[in-house]
Amino acid sequence: MLETDGAPPLVSRFQPHFSFLLDPMSDDPTPQPPARSHRDPKAYWRKNITAVMALLVVWFLVSYGCGILWVDELDKIRLGGFKLGFWFAQQGSIYVFIVLIGIYVLYMNKLDREFRGTSPKQDK
Amino acid sequence: MPALPLALTAVQWWTFGIVAVTFLLYIGIAVWSRASSTGEFYVAGKGVSPVVNGMATAADWMSAASFISMAGLISFMGRDGAVYLMGWTGGYVLLALLLAPYLRKFGKFTVPEFIGDRYYSKTARLVAVICAIFVSFTYVAGQMQGVGIVFARIFRVEPTTGVMIGMVVVFVYAVMGGMKGITYTQVAQYCVLIFAYLVPAIFISILLTDNPVPQLGLGSKLAGSDSYLLDRLDGLTQELGFGQYTGRSRNIGDVFCIAMALMVGTAGLPHVIVRFYTVKKVKDARASAFWALVFIGILYTTAAAVAAFGFTNLLKEVPGKPYAEMPGWFKTYEDLGLMKWEDKNGDGLIQYYGSKIEDPAKVNELTVNKDIMVLANPEIANLPNWVIGLVAAGCLAAALSTAAGLLLVISTSVSHDLLKRTLLPHISEREELRYARIAAAGAIGLAAILGIKPPGFVGEVVAFAFGLAASSFFPAIILGIFWKRMNMQGAISGMVVGILFTMIYIIHFQFGFELIGIKQGVKDDYLFGISPQGIGTLGMILNFVVAVAVSLFTAPPPKRSKKWSRASGCRRTPISAPIVRRDEKSAFNRPPN
Repeated sequence: MLETDGAPPLVSRFQPHFSFLLDPMSDDPTPQPPARSHRDPKAYWRKNITAVMALLVVWFLVSYGCGILWVDELDKIRLGGFKLGFWFAQQGSIYVFIVLIGIYVLYMNKLDREFRGTSPKQDK
Repeated sequence: MPALPLALTAVQWWTFGIVAVTFLLYIGIAVWSRASSTGEFYVAGKGVSPVVNGMATAADWMSAASFISMAGLISFMGRDGAVYLMGWTGGYVLLALLLAPYLRKFGKFTVPEFIGDRYYSKTARLVAVICAIFVSFTYVAGQMQGVGIVFARIFRVEPTTGVMIGMVVVFVYAVMGGMKGITYTQVAQYCVLIFAYLVPAIFISILLTDNPVPQLGLGSKLAGSDSYLLDRLDGLTQELGFGQYTGRSRNIGDVFCIAMALMVGTAGLPHVIVRFYTVKKVKDARASAFWALVFIGILYTTAAAVAAFGFTNLLKEVPGKPYAEMPGWFKTYEDLGLMKWEDKNGDGLIQYYGSKIEDPAKVNELTVNKDIMVLANPEIANLPNWVIGLVAAGCLAAALSTAAGLLLVISTSVSHDLLKRTLLPHISEREELRYARIAAAGAIGLAAILGIKPPGFVGEVVAFAFGLAASSFFPAIILGIFWKRMNMQGAISGMVVGILFTMIYIIHFQFGFELIGIKQGVKDDYLFGISPQGIGTLGMILNFVVAVAVSLFTAPPPKRSKKWSRASGCRRTPISAPIVRRDEKSAFNRPPN
């Protein structure tokens, strides 16, 4: 379990309940020797949480900001037949959601590779 | 009730034909995949590729609400209809980033199981089961209503009779069993429903704007004219008193809350979360969420266009025209009671105005059921008969795939979690299965009653289900994953407070508590102006507050050994095998320590 003493930065406030969440290896179906991940699992978790929070900020700004709160300003800009605010609300936000998950998937795959070390089984 | 016409029309021939072919396809795939996997009913061991799993998730997810109701709701809500578009897609971001990978690691495959194990408590599990039953039941009610409208159209009977027919079909379909569990059947259902949605959309897009891509057609100029489609629609809607199509009309706080409730509810829906256990690795769970949203996004971005196209066509074809010249579809839906025209000023013309019309001389004479827009769209645009049949088949694919999944959740919750685990621990496996069937039949029956006397349009009823999911599960799952101080007492009290608050609010404003003499609430009494569809957001916040507060004032959760957690993380879970697999003695059911 992680230490929570001191005044932690925002990121370290989010602690997983189970420690295996810190380990990028733990989803491997076959039992593995434990020493496989040669880097700090805390760093893995920190990077994971930072990425998730950054993506969620974009998620919130695009959907609630561009789609709901700021539409009056955005509607003054036109994109072909669309008012920009309307486009964000009914089309753009969905495209952005897809891109956000795409970025997350790619980033986490990269992170997993990085922290997993060189395992012949996992490498493509 | 008009009798069934003996001679079938061309539209009916096409509809029966296409529906029959698609059903044979689903059954064929089910039989084929059973045979080919040599007795291994669950595709588990092999794992399913993320793309395939994404497609199956999309079929599971997109229900009658998405397919039949949503575009119609958007037509009449205009810009504000975006809450459904954003709400039902944005939740996948939460699901992919905050839930799917972690729940996959836990190796749990139902929400109540996760909650029961994480909070080391049978009570917590039971509360979660009851919440799951309520959520799924509300959701099924929406499906029944949607199926009822489709059958009403196919057989040209009243919607009540349509719901009855739907009841039988859904029951047979759900009890036929394993069908639902087979991923490839759902892939086929996705293909049918997306094809059925896109074909008329592309047709109408070409007719209206010369642009074959509906998403682009929405922003294009009208065919043979110099004005943009949306500008023309704005003009029409303003002229007729519906308010500007692309302008806001709802209270912004309410819009915010509805969108939030739908998003968070998506992330807490029991039957969607299950799907992420059908892949082998956490990596694939993430990729599955991505593909699911891609496949869902195709329909949702199209829906925005379908809504605008359909409404433009309706407003061009109907208002101010003589009733005697109305085409066949108008009278069809009138016969079904889904459109009503009353010649108030006796001029034989159809006056159609929205609620915002100021001129007192302009009286509205037409009411249109919003749920018919997608179904009627191809007819209004005068598309060939086979397209109309295709749309009906797509509606059924959407409604059946979701209803079957939800009924499975309800029946296993009742038979296994409530009876076997709690009330009647000594029943045999066969009896358990019988109770499961009884529960499914009971749920369909009750849902059908709600479907006959619906408290709202399909999409709205389904939105209640999301509100209930948001206010009960989401905080318990999120805090369970990310906050180790969270304990059983907090989780239970949070879930109970959240779902009770939300449920009472919805019932108060949709039905009233007539039995105990409290009348149905009215719009002016809304708490902070939030409608019942959005109240799940407030329920969720309440749940979070109560859960955190109670956790902090009670003892911290017992410590677990790393080994124990790791073991759970490595456990493999077969693909959707709820009834069979759950009987295993698992390491999870041992109390911690």
